Amino acid sequence: MTVGQDKGGKTDAMIEIENLSKTFTLHNQGGVVIRVMAGADLSVRAGECVALTGASGSGKSTLMRMIYGNYLAADGAIRVGDVDVARAAPREILALRRDTLGYVSQFLRVVPRVPTLDVVAEPLRRLGMRDDNARDRAAHLLIRLNIPEALWALSPTTFSGGEQQRVNIARGFAHPYPALLLDEPTAALDADNRAVVLDLIVEAKVRGAAIVGIFHDTEARDRVCNRIVDVTGFSSGHAA
Amino acid sequence: MTPLLSVEGLNKTYGAHLGCRDVGLDLFPGEVLGIVGESGSGKTTVLNCMAGHLVPDRGRVVFDTRAKGPRDVLTMSESERRMLGRTDWAFVHQNARDGLRMGVSAGGNVGERLMAVGARNYGRIRQTAEDWLTRVEIDAARIDDRPTTFSGGMQQRLQIARNLVTGPRLVFMDEPTGGLDVSVQARLLDLLRGLVRDMGLSAIIVTHDLAVVRLLADRLLVMKSGEVVEHGLTDQVLDDPQHGYTQLLVSSVLQA
Repeated sequence: MTVGQDKGGKTDAMIEIENLSKTFTLHNQGGVVIRVMAGADLSVRAGECVALTGASGSGKSTLMRMIYGNYLAADGAIRVGDVDVARAAPREILALRRDTLGYVSQFLRVVPRVPTLDVVAEPLRRLGMRDDNARDRAAHLLIRLNIPEALWALSPTTFSGGEQQRVNIARGFAHPYPALLLDEPTAALDADNRAVVLDLIVEAKVRGAAIVGIFHDTEARDRVCNRIVDVTGFSSGHAA
Repeated sequence: MTPLLSVEGLNKTYGAHLGCRDVGLDLFPGEVLGIVGESGSGKTTVLNCMAGHLVPDRGRVVFDTRAKGPRDVLTMSESERRMLGRTDWAFVHQNARDGLRMGVSAGGNVGERLMAVGARNYGRIRQTAEDWLTRVEIDAARIDDRPTTFSGGMQQRLQIARNLVTGPRLVFMDEPTGGLDVSVQARLLDLLRGLVRDMGLSAIIVTHDLAVVRLLADRLLVMKSGEVVEHGLTDQVLDDPQHGYTQLLVSSVLQA
């Protein structure tokens, strides 16, 4: 792993974060304002994978959620492709999520009773891909991730933690997003499946995806990440 | 992009009682908008004003019509508005009995809306009705049965088929999954999501169920005491609510 050297200029960065800050105002607890991030900068080029590190509660997930538009920024810019997520209208963020920015979260959130194959194919159908093509691609990923075919017609809500995570990963990799956010993608996996996921990440890098991830699995992190960025420096207790 | 529906300054009072105040929103083609809030927050008033079931005291409800472009629905003639209600608009009631004709067969319920827009060939109407029953997962063999013999979930699916058979562009839904068993709700949610995606529908869904809007709506409007207190991307509003009332609403949900 090579640490540091951020040469990502504004022109070739796929994800570019500048002077980002985040506060939470708790209106029902006396209006307390909690500042959790200030002056965060991060730049990720196409084909590059950056790992976020820092102690639990340091703001790794908060930063990922802000890039995805799930948390609102208090100030600063989050450019993904040509969209500034911090200022974009909801429908611009929806289009960004559909076409450009993928997110593999730790937990699977799906409509109950929808078959696994359709859960994985859904991002492709939303892009207008024909049903059978979308299902073929989904099947291909499920096979790679060792989800037995007997389970494809069942809803993943009843699956084990590791199986749910693999379904989530298959769904996140179904479309070749130019930018990807990965939250602990190998956490609940055995060695074989972990290797498959790491291969998927490497393949995404080779095709030019810019990736930001949280990996507690340091061996996995060292294999796929180009750099690590400690977000402790982004929290407001520290001078950024 | 021209919004399919654009609402401005909607006001409605019931005597001294406030229904809604200064409600505005834009809905774009293919978008699903959720309106949440507790009972009495004004969400159903807003829906009924937009859909033409209630006359607001003030405001504009501009719909991008196929033939004449953006038109204020509130100043249209009654016949024009009725035509819109039969063609480009659909309304799914919480209680399926309000949206169905209970004395008419399932096939008749679906076919009636086709006939209202000029379909006359009996065989073709029946065929289309059969297709739609299958699409909403009702056995086509039940086509001649009355909805009174259907379960609550089936009635709701029949109401959806009746509404969508004419290929509307905008669907208003008032608590579409309210009063149904949880397992029936899930099936209906999946059905609605598929139809919205495949038909490119736009929809406005009023509900008090935050789990339903999380799975169905792209954007969310939060109402309290007749006013919109917060709006934004659905998952953002639910996960990082900015207004005190939304924070209270989100934190009050029982975790299953």
